[in-house]
Amino acid sequence: MSPQTIEFIQQLINGLSQGAIYALIALGYTMVFGVLRFINFAHGDLYMIGGFAGWMLFAAPENEAKTGMWASLSRSFAAIPPGMPKVLLALALAMMFCAALGMLIEWLCYRPLRQRPRITVLITAIGVSLFLESFGQYIWGAAPKSFPTLIEDPAITIPETWGSISTLTVLTSQVIIFCTTLGLLALLTFIVLKTKIGMAMRALAFNQTACALMGVNVNLIIAFTFGLGSALAGAAGILTSIQQPSIDPLMGILPGLKAFVAAVLGGIGNLAGAVLGAFLLGVVETMVIGYVSPTYKDAVAFGVLIFILLLRPAGLLGKNVREKV
Amino acid sequence: MSAPLLDLDNITVQFGGLKAVADVSFSIGERELVGLIGPNGAGKTTIFNAITGVYRPTAGHVSFLGKKVGHHPPYIITARGIARTFQNIRLFASMTVFDNVRCACNMHLKHGISHALWRGTKVAAEEQRIERDVMELLEIFGLHEQRDENAKALPYGDQRRLEIVRALATKPKLLLLDEPAAGMNPTEKVELMKLIRFVQEKFALAVLLVEHDMKVVMGICERIVVLDYGLKIAEGTPGEIRANPKVIAAYLGKETAA
Amino acid sequence: MFERTKLILVACIAAFAALSPLIGGMNPYYFNILISVGISLILAVGLNLVNGYTGQFSLGHAGFMAVGAYLAAAMSLGILFPYLDPPQWAPTAEELAADPQATVAKWTYPFKALWLLFGWLINALFWCHNHIIPLGAALPGWGKFLFALFYGGAIAALAGLTVGVPSLRLKGDYLAIVTLGFNEIIRVVLQSADPVGASRGLPGIPLATNFFWTFTFAALAIYVVWNIVHSTYGRGFLAVRDDEIAAEAMGINTTKYKVLAFVIAAFFAGIAGGLYAHFFQYINPEGFNFMKSVDIVVMVILGGMGSMWGVCAAAVLLTILPEVLRKVAKIEALPEWAREIAENRMIIYSLILIILMLARPQGLFAGWVKKKTRPA
Repeated sequence: MSPQTIEFIQQLINGLSQGAIYALIALGYTMVFGVLRFINFAHGDLYMIGGFAGWMLFAAPENEAKTGMWASLSRSFAAIPPGMPKVLLALALAMMFCAALGMLIEWLCYRPLRQRPRITVLITAIGVSLFLESFGQYIWGAAPKSFPTLIEDPAITIPETWGSISTLTVLTSQVIIFCTTLGLLALLTFIVLKTKIGMAMRALAFNQTACALMGVNVNLIIAFTFGLGSALAGAAGILTSIQQPSIDPLMGILPGLKAFVAAVLGGIGNLAGAVLGAFLLGVVETMVIGYVSPTYKDAVAFGVLIFILLLRPAGLLGKNVREKV
Repeated sequence: MSAPLLDLDNITVQFGGLKAVADVSFSIGERELVGLIGPNGAGKTTIFNAITGVYRPTAGHVSFLGKKVGHHPPYIITARGIARTFQNIRLFASMTVFDNVRCACNMHLKHGISHALWRGTKVAAEEQRIERDVMELLEIFGLHEQRDENAKALPYGDQRRLEIVRALATKPKLLLLDEPAAGMNPTEKVELMKLIRFVQEKFALAVLLVEHDMKVVMGICERIVVLDYGLKIAEGTPGEIRANPKVIAAYLGKETAA
Repeated sequence: MFERTKLILVACIAAFAALSPLIGGMNPYYFNILISVGISLILAVGLNLVNGYTGQFSLGHAGFMAVGAYLAAAMSLGILFPYLDPPQWAPTAEELAADPQATVAKWTYPFKALWLLFGWLINALFWCHNHIIPLGAALPGWGKFLFALFYGGAIAALAGLTVGVPSLRLKGDYLAIVTLGFNEIIRVVLQSADPVGASRGLPGIPLATNFFWTFTFAALAIYVVWNIVHSTYGRGFLAVRDDEIAAEAMGINTTKYKVLAFVIAAFFAGIAGGLYAHFFQYINPEGFNFMKSVDIVVMVILGGMGSMWGVCAAAVLLTILPEVLRKVAKIEALPEWAREIAENRMIIYSLILIILMLARPQGLFAGWVKKKTRPA
């Protein structure tokens, strides 16, 4: 294969692993939009919280001087040798923490506003987002923290006999990110399509009033949806930290916005659309970094957003709905 | 009949696979009072929306004063001289009675944004003229004393009347009324019938009236169009409609049975 | 009756002129805050037209401010923009010398064609800029400053137009994020724009903003927005907010009104940016980021969307608040955590937002001033 093709495949691999992260976050946006018709601005920050949850539990050096249950817990977690079990443990714990936090936010801030104008809820969501960011800065400080090594991250060696492909750099973390994402997607698909609660979620997206009349516990389903979405964002937070072991309280803003763009690109409210949009966006972004200029990395997503909203506001897989007069 | 003011030529409006209105044609002459009736879901409001540009007809044309209007946005159609009220009242909730009507005078302003910015002398004269016009209209409908009340604070019947006032302030040639008598008691309905007839004569309007109440429709309309499942099934004078077996089967028959 | 508002405006400007020398001599720290208050007033009043009266939700006001600040500064400093090079279709002489077989990949052609289209548009804009700069430079004294301000405002208004038009089809959340996106795009472009200092920022802008100009423009902004929303013409903005479909049915061109709101608000944001640049004498792309936009949005929400005096009060309050908090953070008697929170004003802002929406969504100050319903 020509060096250009190899270069292209390399960008594609980087793009897919970036897209996987976006996909996990975008699913949360799109699920919440599906049941509540609003954009949870604070969702990107749950991704940050996911990263910090992992840091709090696994970064022993920071807690060494301290005593008490928390410090000893974190020390024992940190003592686990780096490897796949540690990654999975971190994922599980961060997902649980984020799910609980997501449900708490829903209960405290969004549930009382359910019948209010959308603009009120939107402003509240912006408030929650700013609160998580600034509160994170307050307790963890604004400076980036180094994330503990959950697993060593060497490049996977491709046998020389495979020819020019062996010049590709594929990191272990990229494989883990990609595979974990696929696993979580499969799990989510199962929950949404095969379980009773998933069916209730889908019904809720159609008609909330009718659902309530049919005896579905609407509050429970909405809380569950928030929990599920937040857990996925938390997982994304851990997965990113494997690759880029530096976290800070503002790290959720841009991935959050980009994941939102991905959700809109795919058609907000549509789960498959969110995943498709996320992978597309991840690939386009790395292509721009690779072939144009890294400066425009962050502007790409917004360019895509403006473009898609002009050409096809309902997104790639979305349906048009019109207001009843 | 004089040359038609409004002419619907084989209007079809389709939502996905559903044909809400199929090949409906009728016309309205100047100063004519036409009723549009039909059971629930017959497509009456859809016809209104097609005439006023909220929906674009899938097929067919709407012509007003001999010109096709179907492809224009609603505000241009209103500027041509078609005004409407809404089935579910759509007053400007944050504004007073006076301001609700004032908004409708917007398109007749002779000055642009630059004059409004600086409040030039031109604006002063126009604002006074508009205030006079609006108050005149409000007085006709007996709403002048509530001019500074919030529109949504008015009693239901007054809100309906305010919607008519607001529509009239656009100086239309054709007024579309979407169920103006909905939710009114019999006395109010009689008042409303008088009012509609009065408005029609005073402002030299044509009126297209969608209404459920047979008494109101039969009482004031000169001609009635009947829709059922998106199709026009009859058209004629109230007497003819009353005797039409199709209409009785589709509509009146059901009502007597109920 | 009609002349009253105009009279108040003239009286205000006269008072500012009289006070200006007096205030110019005050403690620089307080003077600094005072000018910041004036700039905040212009920004918040402008944004209130979009977010409050017209019911749109713009989250990118700092982007327009950046456009105004940078262009006004470019005018004062006489910065010309170099034209973009046309895309390269064939290998250059050097590349051919190195490798006679060199080619330019065919697949890049469509992108280059796109680049050509936008590149020419940008070059046309640059051409206009480069030809307007000498006009402004020729003006004496205040004329130059005012010209720079209005130039910044005009280009910001143009930016408002370009944001407003595509945003028409969007509502609420979508619009918020698209405007935020525009803000970020403007910031990213400025960060890579070498003629205006890229991410290093643009230093050495002459000091020209004073008390008089700041507050004259604040008064003008209030006057103009007040006039608009209280005129029959301007009631259209409120109609768009209340019910778009009914507004269209009443002959109101909702499209025009939305764009107009964006353009007017962007113009004033541009003016505010110019004032900012000529006061602090240094601007940096990071100074106009998303957080700055949030600051302005919080002012509008706290004051009550669509309440002129509420928004003005909130603009004053929220500009002074960080300074007060900074003082509070220095009080030794307070516990450590309270002082740290006081240093991080965003915690307080965000809590204000959440609690306000839960308890009093119409804004803190809305309804304090009796609503005047008759046309003034």
